[in-house]
Amino acid sequence: MINKIVNSVEEAVQDIFDGATIMISGFGEAGSPIELIHALIDQGAKELTIVSNNTGSGEVGLAALIAHKRVKKMICSFPRTANSTVFPELYKKGEIELELVPQGTLAERIRAGGAGIPAFYTPTSVGTPLAEGKESREFENVTYVLENAIKADFALVKALKADRYGNLLYNKTARNFGPIMCTAAKTTIVQAEQIVELGGIDPECVVTPGIFVKRVINITNPAQESKLVAENRRYPW
Amino acid sequence: MVTEPIEGWNVNQMAQKVARDIPDGSYVNLGIGIPEKVAAFVPEGREFIYHTENGLLGMGPVPVEGQEDPELINAGKKAITAIPGACYFHHADSFTMIRGKHIDVCVLGALQVAENGDLANWSTGEAGAIPAVGGAMDLVAGVKTIFVITKHNTKTGEAKIVKNCSYPLTGKGVVNRIYTDLSILEVTEKGLKVIELAPGVSFEYLQSVTEAQIFQ
Repeated sequence: MINKIVNSVEEAVQDIFDGATIMISGFGEAGSPIELIHALIDQGAKELTIVSNNTGSGEVGLAALIAHKRVKKMICSFPRTANSTVFPELYKKGEIELELVPQGTLAERIRAGGAGIPAFYTPTSVGTPLAEGKESREFENVTYVLENAIKADFALVKALKADRYGNLLYNKTARNFGPIMCTAAKTTIVQAEQIVELGGIDPECVVTPGIFVKRVINITNPAQESKLVAENRRYPW
Repeated sequence: MVTEPIEGWNVNQMAQKVARDIPDGSYVNLGIGIPEKVAAFVPEGREFIYHTENGLLGMGPVPVEGQEDPELINAGKKAITAIPGACYFHHADSFTMIRGKHIDVCVLGALQVAENGDLANWSTGEAGAIPAVGGAMDLVAGVKTIFVITKHNTKTGEAKIVKNCSYPLTGKGVVNRIYTDLSILEVTEKGLKVIELAPGVSFEYLQSVTEAQIFQ
């Protein structure tokens, strides 16, 4: 019997190893799998490369993982946002690496990674500092730069609904990077607010087919990052 | 020399000018900040569909207080609503809409715009600053028409409409039109053409406060 549902967050993240590359879903707090990130902090893996659009806020979730010096390198498009202080401080001290990637290029590099495409040409960033040192080529008199795919050892993703096959449905703009990250990691670990019976998600409406998902943990009331930040909470509590 | 300070258009009037120039039925992406004001001035009888690159077509107005949903936000991470007929999608699809030239108009702010349409709006290149780019480079590379809305010069009087951008570029030759407090400028093969002057602004005055060469 196939059953991807696991019983605890500890079990969900137990095999994440030092030096792993991990994709973490979310755009700001929307779609950020905060309970899985906290479980990863407890688990202790370090020297991580994190692929995520932002760098978290306050000292919870992704920002807490960075604050605990578990992250060697961030690959992201926008590392500074409101209430984002942990990453900027470490970056200024030279204690964390940054690979800055335009948001659409980041999305496409992840999509390509999941789709078995090693690299692709894009018009984004041509003529800017972010294209320096990259191969370029003309197609139909337009210049494009070559960008490599990104693959990961693990993806931590937040969804609204999941079934035991790992089929997923998301919530509004919390979908963002989730579906593509699920495809681009060897082991995709999902926290879902609701676990439904097989067939509980209309097959016409499944957003992430279960083949891309390895484990699902049910987190019925996920914490809200902005609320925790407003309360000056820090993880570990 | 002018003795009286010229007020020109205020931000709302600038946004209104932009909205006036967007055709009915357009798919529109509004940048964070001043560009967001454009949505308040859609002319009677026109319908625009707003794209927000974090994954929504059909962005509606800000929610009433108490109705905010942390999982329904715009690219500036502010709470929004979705109109009837809206749809959600993941990031690769969202940037397919952008890079694949499916979005008609994007309205962006600027640090500098050059007379050849080069845009700098993501970094001042200052040493020690934390670089952050977001979707700006994808938008200018992919959206069919790029409108810039910006003050003509900075608060301290430095030129924003320049011969060459000194800040790191967002894109080369990407801007179509610039809406400032003093004028509307079209980027043409010959340079910046003045297509409208704010009340009280003469061409000569405009050229005297513009680093870039302009023509009528």
